[in-house]
Amino acid sequence: MQCFTCPFCGPRDETEFFYGGEAGKERPEPSAEVTAERWAEWLYGETNSKGPSREIWLHLTCGEFFLMERHTVTHEVFATRATRGEEA
Amino acid sequence: MAGNYSAFRLLREGLRGHSGWQPAWRDSEPKDSYQVVIIGGGGHGLATAYYLARNHGIRRVAVLEKGWIGGGNTGRNTTAIRSNYFYPESVALYDFALRLYEGLSRELNYNVMFSQRGIVVVAHSEAEMEMAARVVNAMQINNTDAELLTREQVLEKVPLLNQGKDARFEIYGGIWQGRAGTARHDAVAWGYARAASALGVDIVQNCEVTGFLVENGRCVGVETSRGTIRAEVTGMAVAGHSGVLASMAGFRLPIRSFALQAMVSEPVKPCLDTVLLYMGTGTYLSQSDKGELVIGGGLDRVLSYGQRGNPPMQEQVISGLLEMVPAFGQLKLLRQWAGIVDVVPDSSPIIGPSPLPGLFMNGGWGTGGFKAIPAGGWLFAHLLATGEHHEISRPFDLERFRTGRLIDEAAGSAIPH
Repeated sequence: MQCFTCPFCGPRDETEFFYGGEAGKERPEPSAEVTAERWAEWLYGETNSKGPSREIWLHLTCGEFFLMERHTVTHEVFATRATRGEEA
Repeated sequence: MAGNYSAFRLLREGLRGHSGWQPAWRDSEPKDSYQVVIIGGGGHGLATAYYLARNHGIRRVAVLEKGWIGGGNTGRNTTAIRSNYFYPESVALYDFALRLYEGLSRELNYNVMFSQRGIVVVAHSEAEMEMAARVVNAMQINNTDAELLTREQVLEKVPLLNQGKDARFEIYGGIWQGRAGTARHDAVAWGYARAASALGVDIVQNCEVTGFLVENGRCVGVETSRGTIRAEVTGMAVAGHSGVLASMAGFRLPIRSFALQAMVSEPVKPCLDTVLLYMGTGTYLSQSDKGELVIGGGLDRVLSYGQRGNPPMQEQVISGLLEMVPAFGQLKLLRQWAGIVDVVPDSSPIIGPSPLPGLFMNGGWGTGGFKAIPAGGWLFAHLLATGEHHEISRPFDLERFRTGRLIDEAAGSAIPH
């Protein structure tokens, strides 16, 4: 069992967390001007990094989203921090 | 080359002290250029090479494998083969694979030990039986074999199941596909490798692709750890590493890579002669010819390229197993491992041209690539040889994510993905 550190609750079991998607994706706006290609890219396009990765996670227990930087091969977690007031 | 395998040959070699066997396939040095380069020496890559040579007469083909052939997901799956899907496009694809599997040992002159022992999917409530009936109807309409089982019929097939009054998942009935089964996974890779090699295909191991050669916006080959290799057409069949190659080629895919783990118990006497899946637990298992129970379940929940499983999912799979057959609680686990699978939002594969001209992809098989190997190879070879889709692979083009015409088996079939 791996522990992730919720910026609000501290270290908790990995089963309390849910992957929310890769960080840094910006929803294209305004919707009327978004082409099918751009929309599909936003909706489905994944970098799916092997190695260091910046991800948005949800701590199911407290309901807060936060940013986690981790390594997708070693599973080492470099940092977790709140996204509030910051760029994701 | 190695010559044909036969009972007579076995007898002759037996009398000669087995001194006459040759390596089954050539371990090649890479040449400077090929007509087709296939990245990934797993089942799909090797099958693609074989069908390029056999169906299309294209023999200047190289399969580039960064490790050893069949060492990725082809050697890490639970060997189940089935076509119990919901949508016509999916059944057409997976049943094509199943039909090819039915003749594969003869076709390749290599015993892939395909055993059509059937699969039982157990349903636990009236509502789940309605879902089961829906899937069975769909499968029958789509021309593959499926039957609805009553509780008694399920228990007749698998008497060991938990029938206690306090069972968490009551046995209500189930789905039966009799043509489903298991095959020896390594033999599928080795059989295709041997047959492809005999037709002139180069199989190059320890050859990792590190980049793509792009000229005038078109892929014209690959950079590898063993030098530059030019190709008129390049295909990738690298499962969980599709995203890594896509990054090298400069595009993104609708793919997330997860670890999918499996495990085997110590060997025991024959006790399970079918593939068994519970809708309620998501755990499934079969018994190997050696007597080990081969056990699998769902994906690990954390995206990963580490080829090992995390304990939470292992615990869930095993607790599911013990709910299904409490008697298996006495068994010891022998091995546990994981492969990296490429999961697509609609749980259907991607076969088609990539955004980089000259580069084609076969991937996104997620948790179910092994069962599809012969079809994946056949259809991908067709695409690489002609530049056009086979009618079975057309719906699985990458374009579906732009048009929105997904083939959502994640929601459609009664199988966890």
